[in-house]
Amino acid sequence: MLVQMYNVSKSYDNGVRALNDVTLKIERGEFVFLMGHSGAGKSTFIKLLMREELPTRGQIFVASRSVLRMKKAEIPQLRRNIGVIFQDFKLLENKTVWENVAFAMQVVGATSQQIKARVEETINMVGLSGRESSFPSQLSGGEQQRVGIARAIVNRPLIVIADEPTGNLDADTAWEIMELMSEINRKGTTIIMATHAHEIVRRMHKRVICLDKGCVVSDQQGVSIA
Amino acid sequence: MRWQTIKYFFREAKTSLRRNSVLSIATATTISICVFILGIAVLLYMNSGQVIQKLESDVEIVAFLEDDLTTYQTEELQQTLKKNPAVLSVTFVSKDEALARLENKMGEYDLLESMEGSNPLNDSLEIKATNPREVGELAAAVEKMKGVGKVRYGQDLVQKLFSATHWVRILSVVIVVFLGMAAVFLVATTTRLTIFSRRKEIYIMKLVGATNRFIRFPFFLEGMALSVSGTLFALVFLGLGYFYMIENVQPALAFLPMITDINVLIKMGLGLTLAGMALGVIGTFISLNKFLDV
Repeated sequence: MLVQMYNVSKSYDNGVRALNDVTLKIERGEFVFLMGHSGAGKSTFIKLLMREELPTRGQIFVASRSVLRMKKAEIPQLRRNIGVIFQDFKLLENKTVWENVAFAMQVVGATSQQIKARVEETINMVGLSGRESSFPSQLSGGEQQRVGIARAIVNRPLIVIADEPTGNLDADTAWEIMELMSEINRKGTTIIMATHAHEIVRRMHKRVICLDKGCVVSDQQGVSIA
Repeated sequence: MRWQTIKYFFREAKTSLRRNSVLSIATATTISICVFILGIAVLLYMNSGQVIQKLESDVEIVAFLEDDLTTYQTEELQQTLKKNPAVLSVTFVSKDEALARLENKMGEYDLLESMEGSNPLNDSLEIKATNPREVGELAAAVEKMKGVGKVRYGQDLVQKLFSATHWVRILSVVIVVFLGMAAVFLVATTTRLTIFSRRKEIYIMKLVGATNRFIRFPFFLEGMALSVSGTLFALVFLGLGYFYMIENVQPALAFLPMITDINVLIKMGLGLTLAGMALGVIGTFISLNKFLDV
């Protein structure tokens, strides 16, 4: 089991209860959609897995390690097992495509040879060969998201968390991104993807966890959302 | 830490300085101005200390000897005084020498002739204290010695002088400390601006699993590079200004001795460079911590 959550609740200082008694498990290699309206608790769910936030109550395990009991110095190690993809790409504007991807490997102390080989391979995989020297501002939205995906997977994480990765893209580009995500999943990486895109969820036939007001209201495999 | 990681830190710092050149120049300029102002305060402090030391070292006790003292007794009295650790120096002034000094002060007037050939002055000892602040106690002890008549050291004036120098010293320290704190605040604010503009980069670094040390290091290198360049710039202007003053203003104010010892000034420059580097590093540390808490 890769992710385990037991009775997890999260309340913020302003009184907002973002998650309420959530219990779920995600297996290694699964592709899971996280659905729900704005404020349903999707972002909090992701932040708890990344240990950006701590739950008010409950237990969370990622790769059999308690996220709660983790010391501050151990957080970087947790995050090296998780790749994150953002809706707004969050690329470094002053770095090239190659530098944006290599950056994720540099911070974990990879050697130059490892970086060179892996970055090249990953850039090829996401279909950005030839654009290595471009800056993010010179790329289309879809291309920028591909850089974001390359950065998320270059360290070969156990899990990729994608927070609305197609939210800023047109339908065709969004579908290209989803095909890329499927390919990453096929290679064994667990994917947790928060999204509003019903059409994508319907066509992908994967596990869908629906959140509403912080509670899991449905958790079904291969559903087609109307 | 691996050599490759260190190389990465230096490369990152260099690239970042180049790509964020406007903010880098703003930070270096702020540090430069802070160090320049701090340097002026330190120079004022050091020079006022020198002037105070000079004024205080001018304080001396004049012990008038009794008329009937023999040469042997006078010599013995001087030896006793010289053995006293509270005494820095003892100078014997004969009554004839005292009269000559007085005549010198009064111009061409022949005092001895006007006093019908009799010198009314006494032999005296001019005594300097090791610690000018203990001149009162020393004067009282000298007064009790056999063969010493009156003792004079300008008690009121000396007390006023010491009171004034005490406050000047405190004031200079307060000014230096206050300016130092203001400099840290100003540099911290400027570096915060620089770091704020790169908060996304720090956030992403945190999310891909960078340790705080890994994130901090290039920022510290940048901070050091900017503070050293800013400080050196300030020191050049400070040095030019100070040496101009020594050459052009000092001759007109000969009674206020300025520090001209190049070794002292080099030490001050090194101190300011270290202070500048500390400013950059402390400023970076204060500003960065806020963004590392992800």
